[in-house]
Amino acid sequence: MGAAALEPKPMRQKINRWPARLDVAQSLSGLLLVLFIWGHMFFESSILLGKDAMLWVTRMFEGAHLLGRPYPVLVSVAAALVLALVALHALLALRKFPANYRQYHRLNRHVSAMRHLDTTAWYIQVITGFALFFLASAHLLVVLLQPENIGPYASSDRVWSGRFWLLYGPLLLIVHLHAGIGIYRLCLKWGPFPAQRLGLWRGRIKLAAYCIVAFYLCLGTASLVTYMRIGAQHAPYAGERYAPEAVE
Amino acid sequence: MDNIPVRQHRTLTINILRHNPADGDSQPRLQAFEVDETDAMTLFIALNVIREEQDPTLTFDFVCRAGICGSCGMIINGRPGLACRTLTRDLPDEFTLLPLPGFELIADLSVNTGKWMRGMAERLETWVHASDLAGVDLDQMEQPMDPHLAEQIYELERCIECGCCIAACGTAQMRDDFVGAVGLNQVTRFRLDPRDQRDDSDFYQLVGDDSGVFGCMTLLGCEDMCPKDLPLATQIAFLRRRMVAV
Ligand code: HEM
Ligand code: SF4
Ligand code: SF4
Ligand code: FES
Repeated sequence: MGAAALEPKPMRQKINRWPARLDVAQSLSGLLLVLFIWGHMFFESSILLGKDAMLWVTRMFEGAHLLGRPYPVLVSVAAALVLALVALHALLALRKFPANYRQYHRLNRHVSAMRHLDTTAWYIQVITGFALFFLASAHLLVVLLQPENIGPYASSDRVWSGRFWLLYGPLLLIVHLHAGIGIYRLCLKWGPFPAQRLGLWRGRIKLAAYCIVAFYLCLGTASLVTYMRIGAQHAPYAGERYAPEAVE
Repeated sequence: MDNIPVRQHRTLTINILRHNPADGDSQPRLQAFEVDETDAMTLFIALNVIREEQDPTLTFDFVCRAGICGSCGMIINGRPGLACRTLTRDLPDEFTLLPLPGFELIADLSVNTGKWMRGMAERLETWVHASDLAGVDLDQMEQPMDPHLAEQIYELERCIECGCCIAACGTAQMRDDFVGAVGLNQVTRFRLDPRDQRDDSDFYQLVGDDSGVFGCMTLLGCEDMCPKDLPLATQIAFLRRRMVAV
């Protein structure tokens, strides 16, 4: 046995950990973006509780409650971080897009022949991801460049008089389809479900994803309609800022 | 009961892809055949009826006609499946049969899955790796294996290499170098085997990239279409977690 210990160990090729890291980074960036968008929906829909509630949330993000006065630049910083995350995620996901016409053609044929929900769902994710690349970036850039233009009237004016509802309507649907499918696929991609229970969990997660997407679509639609209504009423005074009703 | 009700039998219209790549004049085309359905008819029976009664040149593969050999995989109305285990009564009056995509076409419905599987096995080295194999005394009793472990390995060993998971996988259809669920499953099978001395960093060398486990995009076509119901999604997620932890 002693001789075996002296034998030189076979040279082992150094392993390339990057494919593993990129796979984790893709899932992690997706997960963070999903958590972000789900949180974002609650802040955005503070308008449903009234203009004062939304103003309070706006001020909170500008640090007014902690720092004494609002610093809109904090919103720019947050938007820049999310934009960076979106860029990272998009770059990583780009690796999974069909790389040429032949792959695209085969994928198309495969998806339509299979009539298989999960395959179709992934295809929807690729398409919505592509659309998000433009829509989400556009929205984030506006927030990044005009952080002071957020508020009960400023936002409503942008939505109605600035016709941003044309962007936000499609963005709402697309981002929640993408996020809902994404979270379902993340669970199955990594989740340690034992084989006998995989079907059960898969069904549960699918149901949960349907419910969550439906909930956020309702919440988002209600908020968007509210912004549009306020914006329409406020249109003659577009540009004016909201003054809280109860000023001390 | 003095008369047993007789079922009305259908006449099936089966559209089959005809093409022989070895014949330079052959153009791929769909040919329609009509077959009278019988009780408990499988596609295996229907195809044999066509070959015996209508067209002796129709090419397709069968060996076991019992879902064991894995040679009769084909695309049945868009989805992969075993012809010998598919009952015509589960299909509409008219349906289409295509050869499995992603494999070399021999002729008509016959594809060379064996060649693909061999390439995959060589690429993933799906055999027991041990340093002292030459010194094993074949006359001696083998080491006993824990029955639970033996069962786990057997569960994964049930794969018949039919190729349905490759035809069902969007990734494999897009990327020719993807080893597919069949390959990833076999890696998890050898990883379980106590006789195999490879560790996770050895396995990482084999599947730690986009042609291996990180290429899988969790479309679950394999899981849903595997005719042997192998736990593919569970195995792939497991392998992904192990490979990330290397
Ligand atoms: C520029 C915008 C975006 C693009 C181009 C994009 C593209 C994609 C693509 C193609 C996939 C599928 C990748 C795969 O199957 O491996 C994907 C997955 C995913 N996306 Fe996006 N996406 C974008 C924005 C977002 C946003 C805003 C969210 C959050 C709401 C999000 C959440 C996810 C999640 C959770 C996954 C699953 C991750 C995984 O499979 O590892 N994505 N994305
Ligand atoms: S894993 Fe299933 S579908 Fe794939 S080759 Fe094996 S038996 Fe066929
Ligand atoms: S889960 Fe999907 S991508 Fe992964 S091997 Fe199965 S069918 Fe292919
Ligand atoms: S003939 Fe053997 S699996 Fe169908």
